[in-house]
Amino acid sequence: MTEQPLPHGTTSGTPTSSAAGTRLDPWLGAYADRTHGMRSSEIRALFAVASRPEVVSLAGGMPFLDGLPLEVLSDVASRVVAQRGLQALQYGSGQGDETLREQILDVMALEGITAHPDDIVVTTGSQQALDLVTRVFINPGDVVVAEAPSYVGALGVFRAYQADVVHVEIDAHGLVPEALETTLAGLAAAGRRVKFLYTVPNFHNPAGVSLSLERRPRILEIAQRYGVLVLEDNPYGLLGFDREPWPALRSYDEDGVIYLGSFSKTFAPGYRVGWAVAPHAVREKLVLASESAILCPSNASQIAISTYLSTCDWRGQIKAYREMYRERRDAMIAALGEHLPDATWNVPDGGFYTWVRLPDGLDARDMLPRAITARVAYVSGTAFYYDGSGGDHMRLSFCYPTPERIREGVRRLAGVVDGERELVELFGTAPSAPGDAVQAPSPDVF
Amino acid sequence: MSSTPSVPGPSLSEPLVGDRLGRAPRVALLAGGLSHERDVSMRSGRRVAEALRSAGVEVSVHDVDADLLPALADLQPDLVWPVLHGASGEDGSVRDIVQLSGLRLLGTGPRASRVAWSKPIAKTVAARAGLETPEFVTLPQTLFRELGASAVLRMIVARLGLPVVVKPSRGGSALGVSLVREADDLPRAMVECFSYSDTALVERAVTGTELAASVVDLGEGPVALPPVEIVADGPYDYDARYNPGRVEYFAPARLRPEQVEAVGAAAVTAHRSLGLMGLSRTDLILDEDGVVHFLEVNVAPGMTETSLFPQAAEAAGYNLGTLYRSLVAASLAAEPAGLRPV
Repeated sequence: MTEQPLPHGTTSGTPTSSAAGTRLDPWLGAYADRTHGMRSSEIRALFAVASRPEVVSLAGGMPFLDGLPLEVLSDVASRVVAQRGLQALQYGSGQGDETLREQILDVMALEGITAHPDDIVVTTGSQQALDLVTRVFINPGDVVVAEAPSYVGALGVFRAYQADVVHVEIDAHGLVPEALETTLAGLAAAGRRVKFLYTVPNFHNPAGVSLSLERRPRILEIAQRYGVLVLEDNPYGLLGFDREPWPALRSYDEDGVIYLGSFSKTFAPGYRVGWAVAPHAVREKLVLASESAILCPSNASQIAISTYLSTCDWRGQIKAYREMYRERRDAMIAALGEHLPDATWNVPDGGFYTWVRLPDGLDARDMLPRAITARVAYVSGTAFYYDGSGGDHMRLSFCYPTPERIREGVRRLAGVVDGERELVELFGTAPSAPGDAVQAPSPDVF
Repeated sequence: MSSTPSVPGPSLSEPLVGDRLGRAPRVALLAGGLSHERDVSMRSGRRVAEALRSAGVEVSVHDVDADLLPALADLQPDLVWPVLHGASGEDGSVRDIVQLSGLRLLGTGPRASRVAWSKPIAKTVAARAGLETPEFVTLPQTLFRELGASAVLRMIVARLGLPVVVKPSRGGSALGVSLVREADDLPRAMVECFSYSDTALVERAVTGTELAASVVDLGEGPVALPPVEIVADGPYDYDARYNPGRVEYFAPARLRPEQVEAVGAAAVTAHRSLGLMGLSRTDLILDEDGVVHFLEVNVAPGMTETSLFPQAAEAAGYNLGTLYRSLVAASLAAEPAGLRPV
């Protein structure tokens, strides 16, 4: 006879039914209102498969790090511990390491920004800066104006602080000034309080476009006229393929712009070092907010990056990244032309992403399970709109897979599109109504 | 009849299998895989591993990838336990490979898995065994293409009425499942369903108490654990399944003793008639006339912190580690895999 377990407790006879059920969460009634919109998502679950090597992931926004000189960085890390170990492993300044803040000025000078080290707050990735700015400015119900579409990670932060996001049209030249004016006028007329305009002016995530030089001062002028602060999020600005960086919005306006920068795309995201440049009074509040959140950014990471900047050819590394990503962009665009002639897309001149409009009637969110079955992943356009619309688009990233894998991924995607088109034609259905709004971001969709 | 379930599980006694082997049993858990339910499977695998380790079982967890077969060949585990949801984990294929490797399998063998994995076939088998199951049709996408979608959809509504449930003929975690109340919503539900599978099962929606009845076989035949009742605020969809708080569970279910008996008996009948081994979970509805309706069966039930099988086991008074270890023991004590009829 097989040995068998003894149930603990006395359980003879038929158990009595419990009078009350359980929700498996004793704290259900304790959560803050802001958590009520958080939902598990089958879409998120599908991305669990995207990390498998069999799947060509055109979804993730992970930089391709294989080109980094690891032996040099190993020396850097070793020097950090040997020479500044006690400082690196200790708490540091809430505002960030002063030397690094001075070096950040050199990085930002490439985009025409002049500032003082005191204007900078070092953060745990620019994502934390985004969180801090939102925390400092947003009361529940306040309006954030953002591009349509917008970075999913920013929308997640805005949702967490219960902001109301109003999207503004963009085109091939970025944010459309007339549309911004109309939106701000409408909101003012409705008595709505707009706290800031969130924009990714360079190599936009997900749309891949850049705000034209001609429009930059116009956008700032409109924002100023309506008393709206501009939050300029610029992780990709130095990653142009065919041109030198354009002047940042912050370079035109010191008082009306908060600028967010990052080393995640130009160096390595693992250090989690980003920064904010803000007008004096705002910066004070950001430092206080950051101290209450994390006490201080990681000293070890800051000193490692500082040592890298002072001893390595970081400009050369950025150039190498640009060339590598350009080659991948070319592979993506060529593959789209070959395999998806019925779709339309932009040709980004920098950054990580192509924004693809699907043939009429297809919905990127509905199509995703089929794509995963076909071993290719992308991010549905619905992730980039606050109300979950945008299913007619998908974001394809070309940053991580090799050119060969990009071509293979797009080839697989073409089969997925054909299958979905047949289905939609068969049943004559319209794309799904916007429903599930922004999914909580995961690193794979940044 | 010996299959009549007792609730909770039988009174059983230590010691366990390790003593037979003269050492702790070595179990290789398979979790992850390439299915749409990879995420859930990984969570299930971690939970089972943790429980088994707490009961003194030596556990390794493996994804289903190119490293799996060499790893199993090196490790030579006493037993392989697939905690894989969806696709190759439940359709029998991975189980076939495990047996081809000459290793022992915990749970249902490949052929019976294949039958259970197909919801229409499982429903047919269950109906032949005397269980009620909602009337249904199984429709491959190609049929709609050949006959024209609107004509087929009209026939479905005429035959089954509304509401109906549309679900992929294979798959779990409610992925691609819709409850359709209006005929106009049927095309959309078909599109969602066919995004996950090339064949749809459309069944008449039965209203009543939603129940999950888990079954364990610890060497003396299948025994039902207390049924768990599911009360969801809205559809019992993916979010409801894995988001603690959206669903209220009653474990055991708020049923009269004879209803508990009937539900357990149905689950045991499903388990037996489908040739399942070790453990299973049957999803059922008890309607207001007291009729138990078989919906589907799972050979690799979810084992996450919100899953129904562990809830049922705990409601029966089992310590999960001890129960899982006993499943290991029973499986090792059974006749070698591969010689079974199913």
